[in-house]
Amino acid sequence: MRQFVNVTLNGLTQGMIFAAFALALVLIWRSTRIVNFAQGAMAAATSFIALALIHSGQSYWVALVVALASGLVLGAVVERVVIRPVEGGPELNAVIVTLGLFVAIEALIAIIAGSSFQSFPAPFGLQGFSVGDGRIALTPNGLFIIGSVLVTMLLLVGLFRFTRLGLAMRASAFGQEVARLLGVRVGRMLTLGWALAAVVGSLAGLLIAGGGLVHPAYMDSIIVYGFVAAVLGGLDSPIGSVVGGLILGLLLSYVSGYVPRGSGLVNLAALVILVVVLLVRPGGLFSSTTSRRA
Amino acid sequence: MTDPRTAPAGTDVDAAPVLATAAANAPSAQAGAGRRSFLPRSTLLRHLILLVVGAVLAVALLELTDPFTNSQLAQVAYYAIAAGGLTVLTGLNGQISLGHGALMAVGAYTTALFLQADEPWPLPLIFLVSIAVTAVVGAIVGVAAARLHGPYLAGATLALAVGLPGLALYFRDTLGGEQGLRVRAPRPPDWFREAISTLSGGSGSTTKWLAYVGAFWLLIAFFLLANLARSRIGRTWRAVRDQEVAAELAGISLAPWRVLAFVVSAACAGLGGAVLAVVVRLAAPSAFTLVLSLALLTAIVIGGLGSLFGALIGSAILVFLPPWVTDLGTSAGLNGTKAAQLAPFVYGAVLVLAMIFAPAGIVGTLRLRLLGLRARRAARAGGG
Repeated sequence: MRQFVNVTLNGLTQGMIFAAFALALVLIWRSTRIVNFAQGAMAAATSFIALALIHSGQSYWVALVVALASGLVLGAVVERVVIRPVEGGPELNAVIVTLGLFVAIEALIAIIAGSSFQSFPAPFGLQGFSVGDGRIALTPNGLFIIGSVLVTMLLLVGLFRFTRLGLAMRASAFGQEVARLLGVRVGRMLTLGWALAAVVGSLAGLLIAGGGLVHPAYMDSIIVYGFVAAVLGGLDSPIGSVVGGLILGLLLSYVSGYVPRGSGLVNLAALVILVVVLLVRPGGLFSSTTSRRA
Repeated sequence: MTDPRTAPAGTDVDAAPVLATAAANAPSAQAGAGRRSFLPRSTLLRHLILLVVGAVLAVALLELTDPFTNSQLAQVAYYAIAAGGLTVLTGLNGQISLGHGALMAVGAYTTALFLQADEPWPLPLIFLVSIAVTAVVGAIVGVAAARLHGPYLAGATLALAVGLPGLALYFRDTLGGEQGLRVRAPRPPDWFREAISTLSGGSGSTTKWLAYVGAFWLLIAFFLLANLARSRIGRTWRAVRDQEVAAELAGISLAPWRVLAFVVSAACAGLGGAVLAVVVRLAAPSAFTLVLSLALLTAIVIGGLGSLFGALIGSAILVFLPPWVTDLGTSAGLNGTKAAQLAPFVYGAVLVLAMIFAPAGIVGTLRLRLLGLRARRAARAGGG
């Protein structure tokens, strides 16, 4: 029973990170119909910026804010410079461009910061809370992860629901031509969408790095998990991506917790889940319409 | 099937893929009738001549270069075999795969396992078994892939590339875990030593033998792929790629053709992996990371999607560029491990730049230039 609780708590904490990362993918997909495979590398770049600041003596919080801000800039620059020329073109070209970015950014990190493993500090304790005569797998840092992802999501919901800017962004995602006719600067909205998504992706990267080891490729498997979570939720729905992230976090946690030597199978389990979802419910678990087919 | 929302209204969706895959749409010999009189009309005969020319060139190249270059050429051979399969899949059929590195792993591990036997089967037989095993895996992946397109397919095959090497760690006892399986390199047979010493007076070393093995299988694979691309099958693949609805109206059912493309492509990846295993003499998970899959993609994009010759050029770039770039980096003051990362950085930058500025790749861009030149000349001749 204790193990079940711990595995579940672990899964929920991981799931929140997957959810944030999936949310970043969904934000970009909704506005530009591109899956940003460079998201993980971009997040890794900002965590290395944070790490450099921490090593130079700044506090974790300063590093966090600077990293998120640099994520914002990076997202905007990437959209404006390399994505804009392939937007609206054949979908394969956009996929290849984001993959190229992914390889180039990771290599650039390795050239600047080296490819060795470095430890990344966590803002809060990594010891589980005591309950009764033992400790459970929920840590203060885990609470911070869950809390910051929830706050980010509420901020995004607020932005999209209650501000003019959010309305304009939704309009550009819904119909570019119509939005443009109504006076929305669609290009700027797309840039802003990528920038916001990069911030959310960077947050996911920083959260998963906290208390662990980072190296240039540490986000590689997170891209897969984020993509699987986003597809679980239908790739189009922000709420779906959050639920998808939590479900995936729990499932993967059960695989690594209960299957003997299961930690080696986690990536494979994600693949199996993805294939099953794509074959059985290509529109995602919560799709109400059958109009979209994968 | 195609979601109209995948492309914003007002953009010309149909014109662009034609440009990106220009390298795949070689004008047939009939279309250029009267111009290419030096090559026979029959496709099979033309490809046979190219095969012989390729074989002569390969022997000349391998005999004129030193052992180190020989081993580099063997690398080119296994990259090109796998890239040839991928370029057929992506360029001709329009399906992207980021999982070809994992499929190469299937071929490499199969070869490694079979070579471990006390009295191993003859090498060609082992290669054929590796091809068959990988083709079966490819069929399974292809059935899933046939229902996906674009980013979905990329994501699913990405998951394959990241997930499949985990099997080697899980079945540690048979597949050797992180260390992988050592491969006993097959010894060159006696007739090969004699042939080499009569041909150029050199010694028929194992390195040279393996380079010849790679070149042999590369020629066979490219010969078969080239014929396939020019056959009814190749034309059907192109129809499925360009116009799904029109292809369906013409009585082509899309899914089986997509699966077939994946099977053929996977078979090539398996052969590439098998050659890799004997050339590198090791099958380990660290050799089949996502970077390998993306390197193959880089090769076919640089060369030109859909062009076998482009895949060969791209593979040669993959092998000969990294040492050059790394040397440049070390002379600029970077340490060894950092300089080694310059090559992937260049791959990535080239992928982005190629897609923005020359989506047709080297072969496709040249071919478009040539066609444009001919059209202008024809117009001038007609006008004057």
